[in-house]
Amino acid sequence: MGKRTIIPFGPQHPVLPEPIHLDLVLEDEVVVDVIPSIGYIHRGLEKLVEKKEYTEMVYVIERICGICSFGHGWGASASIEGAMGIEVPERAEYLRTIWHELSRIHSHLLWLGLLADGFGFESLFMHCWRIREHVLDLFEKTTGGRVIFSVCKVGGVRKDIDAATLKEISDTLNALKPEIKKLTDVFLEDASVKNRTVGVGVLTKEDAIELGAVGPVARGSGVYQDIRLTGNGAYHELGFEPMIEEAGDCYARTKVRIRELFQSIELITKAVELIPEGPIDVPVKGNVDGEFVLRLEQPRGEAYYYAKGAGTKFLERMRVRTPTNQNIPSLVKMLKGCDLADVPILVLTIDPCISCTER
Amino acid sequence: MSYVTKSPWVIHYDGSSCNGCDIEVLACLTPMYDVERFGIINTGNPKHADIFLVTGSVNEQNKAVVKQIYDQMPEPKVVVAIGICANNGGIFRECYNIMGGVDTVIPVDVYVPGCAARPEAIIDGVVKGLGVLAEKRAAMDNKSAAPAAAEPKAEENTETEGKEEA
Ligand code: SF4
Repeated sequence: MGKRTIIPFGPQHPVLPEPIHLDLVLEDEVVVDVIPSIGYIHRGLEKLVEKKEYTEMVYVIERICGICSFGHGWGASASIEGAMGIEVPERAEYLRTIWHELSRIHSHLLWLGLLADGFGFESLFMHCWRIREHVLDLFEKTTGGRVIFSVCKVGGVRKDIDAATLKEISDTLNALKPEIKKLTDVFLEDASVKNRTVGVGVLTKEDAIELGAVGPVARGSGVYQDIRLTGNGAYHELGFEPMIEEAGDCYARTKVRIRELFQSIELITKAVELIPEGPIDVPVKGNVDGEFVLRLEQPRGEAYYYAKGAGTKFLERMRVRTPTNQNIPSLVKMLKGCDLADVPILVLTIDPCISCTER
Repeated sequence: MSYVTKSPWVIHYDGSSCNGCDIEVLACLTPMYDVERFGIINTGNPKHADIFLVTGSVNEQNKAVVKQIYDQMPEPKVVVAIGICANNGGIFRECYNIMGGVDTVIPVDVYVPGCAARPEAIIDGVVKGLGVLAEKRAAMDNKSAAPAAAEPKAEENTETEGKEEA
């Protein structure tokens, strides 16, 4: 048995733009224990309910994370709508679904890029982010923002997308498909890339369930779980089926996300065909009185929103539980027994979003 | 841009931002905006860096980290605060765990507002930072030539630059 050494990893380090700190306990080159410590990015924004009105809270919750900002805006609006008993028009639900799936495409491309960067394939990283810019252009065209949109509001959405632009969205995405395919084939077929991912960081199905993994981490371990199955938004009309892989290693998780990329394009194409005409919002009057729980499938997994009001313009409580928070126990499990050199890849493989985790 | 005769290396630290500004900083490095063509490289090592890009505001836990990265950077150095969070706390300024902008902990030379700051604005901020860097370098050269006279003037210059941006 070798000597035990503790190596601190983070908070400022080159793999992730975000600060997370891990104490890695090593025996020679093998990680035997991991102690995560967080708090570098905690803002305490749930407490802002005391200072911001419920309509303003949507913008605060949206800024939990700049990557899944649309989903957070949707979650906040929809949980408040639920507590107020507001029915959102069908067209607004479709628009939300389209933007949400666009977020998933941009998020997964971003993640693929970071993964490539993680195993030192710099040009692949650049290509992923190059393609991602096309998706951001669509966002900019339809919402005005690249990463923070503020387009969701209590009662519906703030902007409509006209028929021509909707068509442009689906055309652009479908035209990108061959390029994305070429890119993702490198992740799935290149021998040196596979060397880094196949069989690395295996999370069994039992562990995934027991540790409460969510999103692509759970689906990569064969767990049949996706909140889009509950048919929120327009998903009930789009015929959704989750992407499942059985192996539970880094390769499986990458594959799940890559298949979801193409699935999101399908979903958007279908939504563009089916979107009904009609209003995009309903007038909102009065204050929140009551409580509501909502679940939403973010690019990183299940997010959970809770809103509670007592008849004033300020909410009593707004609580969000985010996917990365749920996946950290699985990460700790994967890291134990891995090589030190694999740590960056494994940290990346859960697609960590520390801003979400700490809020 | 005629004065871009040097290629600054940047280091990025994420205070308590929402990620929005972070990914825009990264987007600056990737093909669409591609600042690497000017030789601007994102480094992980504070001792290699000329320009410190900070996104997000500071809190009790990370202020030591921000301070320590700043202290490790060699002189002359420039701090660019990116996004309204880094400028003054932004939407989170009333949160209990936010101390305010980055300038509560380290001196900031260039402020880039926006929520999120656009890549164009970030690049602009870095280019402004190059000007400040050149001034600081000149001030250092003067200082070694004529120790007493040059110092106060140079400091005045950098301060006006910072205020203009705000
Ligand atoms: S300025 Fe806005 S986008 Fe940037 S980190 Fe702060 S909240 Fe996020």
